[in-house]
Amino acid sequence: MDPQALIAKRIARELQNGMLVNLGIGIPTLVANFVPSGINVYFQSENGLIGTGPIPEQGMAVPWLTDAGGRPVTALPGASTFDSAMSFALIRGGHLDLTVLGGLQVDQAGLLANWMIPGKMVPGMGGAMDLVTGAKRVIVAMQHTAKGKSKIVETCTLPLTSVRPVDLVVTELAVIAFPEGCATLVEIADGVSVEQVLSATEAKLVVPDHVPRMTMSA
Amino acid sequence: MIGGFLGVGTPEPLIDELIRQRKGNLTVIANDTAAPGIGIGKLVEAKLLHKVIVSHIGLNPETQQQMLAGTLEVDLVPQGTLVERIRAGGCGLGGILTPTGVGTVVEEGKEKISLNDREYLLETALRADFALVNAFLSDYLGNLAYALTARNFNPLIAMAADTVIVHAENIVPVGVIAPDHVVTPAPIVDFLVVKN
Repeated sequence: MDPQALIAKRIARELQNGMLVNLGIGIPTLVANFVPSGINVYFQSENGLIGTGPIPEQGMAVPWLTDAGGRPVTALPGASTFDSAMSFALIRGGHLDLTVLGGLQVDQAGLLANWMIPGKMVPGMGGAMDLVTGAKRVIVAMQHTAKGKSKIVETCTLPLTSVRPVDLVVTELAVIAFPEGCATLVEIADGVSVEQVLSATEAKLVVPDHVPRMTMSA
Repeated sequence: MIGGFLGVGTPEPLIDELIRQRKGNLTVIANDTAAPGIGIGKLVEAKLLHKVIVSHIGLNPETQQQMLAGTLEVDLVPQGTLVERIRAGGCGLGGILTPTGVGTVVEEGKEKISLNDREYLLETALRADFALVNAFLSDYLGNLAYALTARNFNPLIAMAADTVIVHAENIVPVGVIAPDHVVTPAPIVDFLVVKN
């Protein structure tokens, strides 16, 4: 399976009925393609929409209905729209059950850096700092390495997004959780060995005696 | 202050008029600088901006170039903090306390306040001389309603500026927008502009 689809499909397993969920740009957006059957979740777009639906059929887009990346979307039956203050009240106020974001680095305590590379890429933090600080659960969807370098590091060298640690990191190689503030290998992908994960990881990883295989959403 | 989220809900005719009149050296407070050729992106390209206070410039390479060249000052603010600072400015509040940004570069130079074992940043209110608002519907009096995700910052900035200029996509007779559906009440609006 394509690594990005694999990551998205694994994260989709975390969705539960009735959840309010915010998906970031990139791999996180793909999670919407793998919602398990029988599970209904509300997707929020932080530009002011709950009930975000798929991309409209050709010719059906309206200019005032877009997602947080500015792309045309649809609104599902039962959707609601609101201003940006309400949108971030939902995010910061503890009403958002889950946010899935991309990452540049996650350190071994679970701290995330995902909004700038000083001197190179300064897009601005947008809603990322509020999402990581305020959501009930934070999952990072990212490739394990970039240009051969581990993205799961001892200490983030890039500017942090929040001092609130993330709950789960899902890569094409592994699932990592942070019980008691320590990066712990909780699942490995099919065809991947624990040794392969360790050699691709800069952070100190706690490895339990038995590490199960990643299971996917149905 | 200018409404819109990546150009969606930005009053394009008001932007075009600023460019026609060459109103320069402006400070813009908005969610983002859109993209080249769209909304606030047009003001960036026309080099009419001195400073922007925004949450995101990632889709506008021109903003990043002008920032790196030192010709455009860019103050990046977390989106939820930005909108609450504007809301505070429109509500007569001096500022807000938010946990967002604590322990990051965002906290530099700001007062930290501990309440009930949690740390917050003191973020000050924002106000502007003008709000350029885009509404979907306005009645003859200036009661406003918005469309879907084009609402975003518009009702917030309408409260936080000395002069409120609205471009409405559609003008309707008084009474068409039911009282329950008015989002921005008419007395807030100073000028109403209709294209053509």
